[in-house]
Amino acid sequence: MSTPTVAATPGSGLWVRDAATLTRRILLHWRQRPVSIALALLFPVLIVLMFRYLFGGAMAVPDGTYTDYLIPGMLTIAMLFGLESVTLAVATDTAKGVTERIRTMPVSGIAVLVGRSWADLIDALAGLAVMVTTGLVVEWRPEHGLVPTLTALGLLLWLRFAFTWIGIYLGLLLKTPESAVTVQVLVWPIGFLSSALVSPDTMPAWLGAIATWNPLSATATAIRDLFGNSTWATHSWAANHSVPLAALWPAVLTLIFLPLAYRQYRLLAR
Amino acid sequence: MRSDLPAGITALNLRKLYGTETGLNGFSLQVQPGTVCGLLGPNGAGKTTVLRILATLLRPDAGHASVAGCDVIRQPKQVRYRIGLVGQNASVDEILTGRQNLELFGRLGHLTARTARMRASELLDRFGLAEAADRSVAEYSGGMRRRLDLATSLVLSPPVLFLDEPTTGLDPAARIQVWAHIRELVGTGTTVLLTTQYLEEADQLADQIALIDGGRIVAEGTPDELKARVGPDRVETVTRKPTLDEVFLHLTGQAPITLRTKATEAAR
Repeated sequence: MSTPTVAATPGSGLWVRDAATLTRRILLHWRQRPVSIALALLFPVLIVLMFRYLFGGAMAVPDGTYTDYLIPGMLTIAMLFGLESVTLAVATDTAKGVTERIRTMPVSGIAVLVGRSWADLIDALAGLAVMVTTGLVVEWRPEHGLVPTLTALGLLLWLRFAFTWIGIYLGLLLKTPESAVTVQVLVWPIGFLSSALVSPDTMPAWLGAIATWNPLSATATAIRDLFGNSTWATHSWAANHSVPLAALWPAVLTLIFLPLAYRQYRLLAR
Repeated sequence: MRSDLPAGITALNLRKLYGTETGLNGFSLQVQPGTVCGLLGPNGAGKTTVLRILATLLRPDAGHASVAGCDVIRQPKQVRYRIGLVGQNASVDEILTGRQNLELFGRLGHLTARTARMRASELLDRFGLAEAADRSVAEYSGGMRRRLDLATSLVLSPPVLFLDEPTTGLDPAARIQVWAHIRELVGTGTTVLLTTQYLEEADQLADQIALIDGGRIVAEGTPDELKARVGPDRVETVTRKPTLDEVFLHLTGQAPITLRTKATEAAR
């Protein structure tokens, strides 16, 4: 029996390499299951087409077209879908014992969690590419040039980064794909209770107030401003400060949920 | 570096509470380097808890343990470079192929990319998985799956191996195949701690048997010593098991059992 040579001894920089190895594992999943990743990427496209062509006719947007309002909202909701897919993936790994097997390897917990978040950022990039293309096909246009457009996409990824950590935490907390389904059910009301699809001005006042302060609304409104798209004029304080809020909300969520996710991973040993 | 360290296992007075339920209650065990210890006991006796603590997956509430010369609580990473675990709860990635799994866990054990690739091919050959190497594990049979589990846990050539009910759920032919692989490993000096519900299995593989019940060792000794101490009624119920196995093998036309051994590998 040959004794394999160990390339490196435990060191501080090793977690980056381990995280990259674990990211690669998830990318290999997509290669092994191209149909399921394709369906996940196309699902938001289906929603866009539904809202654009089925409900769009009924939506009267005072300062523009509904398509202009819808696409930034759907880009934001596509980031929210990442929360549910990460929860499900992490819960499945935990239930199937893959997490347990990885824990028998000389790999730090941070590497395991960061590997997952990197893979999800790549997923988000692919999702954004598909959604932006869909938007362009249905004649949505960013009006303000390259830098504001890239800033908007950056804010979307920043929101997704925060959602990833919530998803990792929930996946480790719920532990089985069956209980992760509850997250899938909750994602929809959170998505709708925001300014992503309709203006909070059209909702009952108390509901509109909640929708206005939803982190999704901050990002949706901020990127509408940056793209130069219709904002369906709301004049709340939150809507007028949407860009700083879109930067701040994900920071707050990450500061809460990243440590929680790490703690939950450590609790697997209890 | 590794060979300087004694590759044995020591557990001293381990305690573990689950809520108010006692998992382990003063569990102590010594396994000499290069020997096989069978941990035998009913469901809920604490077998898996012992293995999870020794494999650094679970923190004991009290007590000490060392594996291959490293403390499981203070040096978990050093322990992980030196162990393999085939568990009821620790699984390979079923979406990936057998080869991808072996390479993945080799990389996570910090082999170079090239070494991980070579090691994967070597293990696939040795465990009779070369043909299925590039198929998704979801398509594997139970026996192939268990052999891949075993192969994956050997990626770093660990001096200590933990096997948590390695043949549970396998048909007798697959079970005998897994046994042959375990024997081969023991021949190369690996220290093995295995849990099982079957006296037959412990009898086949173990140099030393420890009976666990209620989270502690209730009897310890060689298989022969223990058999001498067990009453005739209980011997009858446990010796029936291999007979049934033989009947099954005979009826399914799998007897005499062909094993992939070193001899047949060499003959290819």
